[in-house]
Amino acid sequence: MTKSTDMSRREFVNLTVGAVGTVMVVCVGIPAVAYVLGPGLKVNKSETWVPVGEVADFTPDVPTLVSFTRTTVNGWEKTTNSYGVYVTKPQTGDPYVLSNVCTHLACRVTWNEEKFEYVCPCHDGLFNIQGDVVGGPPPKPLVRYPTKIEDGTLYIQV
Amino acid sequence: MASKVYDWFNERLGLSGIYDTVLDRKVPKVNWFFTLGSASLFLFTMQAVTGIFLTVYYVPTPDLAYDSIQYIMNGAPYGWLIRGIHHWGATLMVIFVFAHMLRTFYFAAYKYPRELTWVTGVVLLLATLGMGFTGYLLPWNQKAYWATTVGTSIPGTVPFIGPWITQILRGGTDLSGVTLARFFSVHIWVIPAVIIAIIGVHLYLVIRLGISGIPRADD
Repeated sequence: MTKSTDMSRREFVNLTVGAVGTVMVVCVGIPAVAYVLGPGLKVNKSETWVPVGEVADFTPDVPTLVSFTRTTVNGWEKTTNSYGVYVTKPQTGDPYVLSNVCTHLACRVTWNEEKFEYVCPCHDGLFNIQGDVVGGPPPKPLVRYPTKIEDGTLYIQV
Repeated sequence: MASKVYDWFNERLGLSGIYDTVLDRKVPKVNWFFTLGSASLFLFTMQAVTGIFLTVYYVPTPDLAYDSIQYIMNGAPYGWLIRGIHHWGATLMVIFVFAHMLRTFYFAAYKYPRELTWVTGVVLLLATLGMGFTGYLLPWNQKAYWATTVGTSIPGTVPFIGPWITQILRGGTDLSGVTLARFFSVHIWVIPAVIIAIIGVHLYLVIRLGISGIPRADD
């Protein structure tokens, strides 16, 4: 058999099968990756002002737990999330609102009146009335929500 | 470098032996009808891959089955494509497997020594129809519900044991969430396991016995 510089039948078939196969895998593979990852990368972005109570009703320097729920749509399901926020009205100035989600690993903190601290039950994280870390593993202070007061009602942005 | 890596694995795994046996085996001079088996295998692979992706979002309960498919079609990126391939691939697979059976029959390829290849092929054809039947219920829409009502009523006409078969298929006297759950289970676990095992036997026999050529007038 003489050696030809032209492409052999076998080389042609291999190349064609390889090319067609690659195109098919790419055409299905890229959408498949988007299909699996897409919903995970979607961020539920909502900036709604939620009323948490009348400013006048809060006792000064006593953190008060306010609970409410918000629903978001995840895929085919409506997910109801519970929120707990601590509202504290200082002797002077506007109230501030802290999230009760521990900044360590997302357990829920509670206000302990005797210790005068927020206590996280999971890993003994401690926060003062301002929400700053005073003990335990939490890396950051408790999250403060943006607030506004309209007609004596306190709103937070969630 | 690449060839060194290949040689290392080849020496231990015998890759070239597998390649020679499976892909470089001698075949008689045949025509395009002899590609129907490979086409069926390809379609099965596509159904398996797209089916696995569909289970990422599909939920087999009466409350959520329909909604989760609506989400696949309109919410998840390219969900319409994944489900579309699975939907049309299902129809194509029945057609191709059936045509493959016809080719084998008309070319008399089922004869000695290939009887077991034929028998396993018949099981694969029935399993493919079983996939079509169980998969049809999963969208849980009107067409699915009533098709399965009819489909599970048909064996009810068998003398004596008919009503009993219908109840076993439905998991009760009525078509219900139990029916949906068991059809889902059969669709994604039971029949695929059977199909994969029998495809293994079928392909082993094809490779071991070789394929028969096109019959001549004097055969």
